[in-house]
Amino acid sequence: MPVRESTDARRATPPLRVNGVDHPIDLARERSLLFVLREELGLTGTKYGCGEGECGACTVLVDGVAVRSCTTSVAEAVGRSVTTVEGLSHGEMLHPVQRAFVEAGAFQCGFCIPGMIVAAVALLNRNPHPGVDEIRAVMNGNICRCGGYLRIVEAIRSVGGPARTESEAPR
Amino acid sequence: MNPSPAGLPYDLAPAEERDYFARLGPGLVMVLPPRPPGPSGWGAGGPPHGGAWIHLGEDGRARAFTGKVEVGQGTRTALSLLVAEELALPLAAVELTMGDTDVSPWDMGTFGSRSMLDVGEHLRATAAALGDLLRELAAPALGRPVSELELANGEVRARGEARGPSVRYGTLARGLRRIATVPATVHPRGPAEWQRAGRPTSNLGAIEVVTGARQYASDLRLPGMLHGRILFPPAYGARLRRIDLDRARALPGVTVVREGDFVAVAAPDPLLAGRALRALAAEWATEPQPSELEIVEYLRRHPAEGEDFWDVVHYTVGDVESALARAPVSLRATYTTAYIAHVPMETHAALASWEGERLTVWVGTQTPFRARESVADALGVRPADVRVVVPPTGSGFGGKHAHDLAIGAARLARAAGRPVRIVFTREEEFSHAYFRPMAVVEIRSGAELDGRLTAWQLHDLNAGSAAARGPYRVPNQRVENQPAESPLPQGSYRALAATANTFARESHMDELAARVGADPVEYRLRHLEDERLAAVLRAVAERVGWRPRAVPSGPAAPPALGRGVAVGLEKGGRVATCAEVAVDEARRLEVRRIVTGFECGAIVHPANLRSQVEGGTVMALGGALFEAVHFAGGRILNPKLSEYRVPRFRDVPPIEVLLVDRRDLPSEGAGETPLIAVAPAVANAIFDATGRRLRTLPLAPDGAVP
Ligand code: FES
Ligand code: FES
Repeated sequence: MPVRESTDARRATPPLRVNGVDHPIDLARERSLLFVLREELGLTGTKYGCGEGECGACTVLVDGVAVRSCTTSVAEAVGRSVTTVEGLSHGEMLHPVQRAFVEAGAFQCGFCIPGMIVAAVALLNRNPHPGVDEIRAVMNGNICRCGGYLRIVEAIRSVGGPARTESEAPR
Repeated sequence: MNPSPAGLPYDLAPAEERDYFARLGPGLVMVLPPRPPGPSGWGAGGPPHGGAWIHLGEDGRARAFTGKVEVGQGTRTALSLLVAEELALPLAAVELTMGDTDVSPWDMGTFGSRSMLDVGEHLRATAAALGDLLRELAAPALGRPVSELELANGEVRARGEARGPSVRYGTLARGLRRIATVPATVHPRGPAEWQRAGRPTSNLGAIEVVTGARQYASDLRLPGMLHGRILFPPAYGARLRRIDLDRARALPGVTVVREGDFVAVAAPDPLLAGRALRALAAEWATEPQPSELEIVEYLRRHPAEGEDFWDVVHYTVGDVESALARAPVSLRATYTTAYIAHVPMETHAALASWEGERLTVWVGTQTPFRARESVADALGVRPADVRVVVPPTGSGFGGKHAHDLAIGAARLARAAGRPVRIVFTREEEFSHAYFRPMAVVEIRSGAELDGRLTAWQLHDLNAGSAAARGPYRVPNQRVENQPAESPLPQGSYRALAATANTFARESHMDELAARVGADPVEYRLRHLEDERLAAVLRAVAERVGWRPRAVPSGPAAPPALGRGVAVGLEKGGRVATCAEVAVDEARRLEVRRIVTGFECGAIVHPANLRSQVEGGTVMALGGALFEAVHFAGGRILNPKLSEYRVPRFRDVPPIEVLLVDRRDLPSEGAGETPLIAVAPAVANAIFDATGRRLRTLPLAPDGAVP
């Protein structure tokens, strides 16, 4: 174990800012941002689904941009600001996207949902009123094996506007 | 993570000896006696069950217990609603403990869409009996006969006297330690009287889900916990020939366990566990294994005895052979479905922890009591010393019955003297869980010139018996299934055999209709025996504006458009699906619309039922269009999400769900049946569009019609 080096590295490395809190990070060992969030910081809202950037369960915001934390090395994230699903709500106050997911009943087992919500937040930050096609295209990298896609589209569409009725099935 | 109780698990102790009140506080407990398994394994009058119990405390809250688990199918909310309904309590005043073997009634497992049918009825009866007891207790205080009392919002009061004297449940329960048994006759409210159930409600736990606070098995951690990995053979059927454990053992903090062919490691950190696993220099002896190309022949040559989770059916009526010989119209065709993977978003996970002699395992499983048996057996301890707790689970779909993981974690934890958690990597999940069986279904049929069916023979190889018997009137039938020795591990899957058998049957019905020049909807209606199913099919045909036709519509100028229908009756649910497809010049297939009609008796939780049907349709589309496990030499060739395609946002067409609410009928399960008509409806639509009959699932593995 290269103890000395890691201490030096820690001193030299800027901290990892997660949900507004700075964490010193030891960069001596190569590991993913997902690993650090879940195993070192105990932020388990961000999920592991594939480890290869294919499912979106591990989606977090890095400087406001949605990234796959499983394929992002923690070294790339230090010095930047990371937001996980835990950082979206404040106490009882849910983020509008979280509220929309609750209201649309947009989950079954719920495991994909944190990643979906974070990806949707990034999308809505860029375009507050995306059309169905844009939602489907941007969210296509997030998998819901329970097949809740229609509800999720509905939830995202309802943020900042009234939910459409069911007969206007999202397309 | 409550500490284990001192006494025996409740299912292993008589009701009087259970520490209900020590654990839950004073109050009332209503117990529904179990139905033990008979000599055949089936209880008298239905499947065996462990009964039910509900505690009502001084706080006026009801705590109900079931051995079923929640894997995303929404039963937690639906079952809680039924209890809330009977006790006239707000949903928030009902707590439901699911799948904790120390305190839950014994249960055979969460499969076969039985949660609502069985446990729903048990909890309703138990809650109704508890309600009667509350009225009895209130009668002296209110000075009215029991028959004049009613339950309303956590209080007992005189019927219809909203402003009259009342007494709160918590007051009635105060200081009591009373255990009562559900009497032989009890009258739960009928669905027609439901106030809470059957109405729009959002699922419990929504806030935890959207904030990321919900703790799944893979999120749990205990102080001092180690991370485990299991050494898996490189190919199915491989045996361990030689292994060197020393290099792994030399790593700091690493524990290595070997028992026969089972080898596993645990380390303080998952990365180190991975290193330890690689340091085990294992040598394996492999055996030749069949590849995908020869699989149909292989299964035909390797028949097997039946297995417990799929019964064998041999159903005969009339004389099929002579009816086939006489029939002026006859048809014979073989339909196949591929092995597919469950791909639960959360991979298998287990956490094991010993406190002295007692072991607790938190594991995402659909069969916690069977897990308790397997773990106790493998570890050589008494089942009473093992507690299995099922935390929220990131879906199952029938794929979470295997217990190797729980056993592995328990062995490692014992060896290390610390809690151990194992979480499958996605590749492990693909390769070392099990698959939906491949099916080979052969159908021979005979009909009169006017189309009337006279003979029907269906033979299912390897998938199972579910939905093998069709819903159609045919005087001469033979229906049978033959289990086979699968070279890939296989097991239960959401609607597994029903999907294969319905695909075969509904494709074949379409072929027959085309052959005799009949309209596919009319042809089915003509033969349907079940009025409820016919009603669902009519409703779907009406919704899509079905235009009767005797011959396929296509092929016209591209894109060719087509429409197909299929129906199914399974697990008490009736389903009809209509699919609309387009096929362009390059033969690329696009599913443009799905309409599914579904009826499963009285609807308890409408919003959840709708999302079950939508979600099931999406899942079924994967298996219908492109999902397939590829294999050769005992290895899975596509064990990654980048290589195994599951439905994504852009694969999903508009899905319309028509729910038929039959408040006069008992509520049946809904997690499986809505899937079964999707694949044949799409295949029939492709036939309508192109004239091409596809008899193999997946239908368009590369996105194009082959
Ligand atoms: S876990 Fe990162 S994309 Fe799947
Ligand atoms: S809700 Fe289960 S994976 Fe999306």
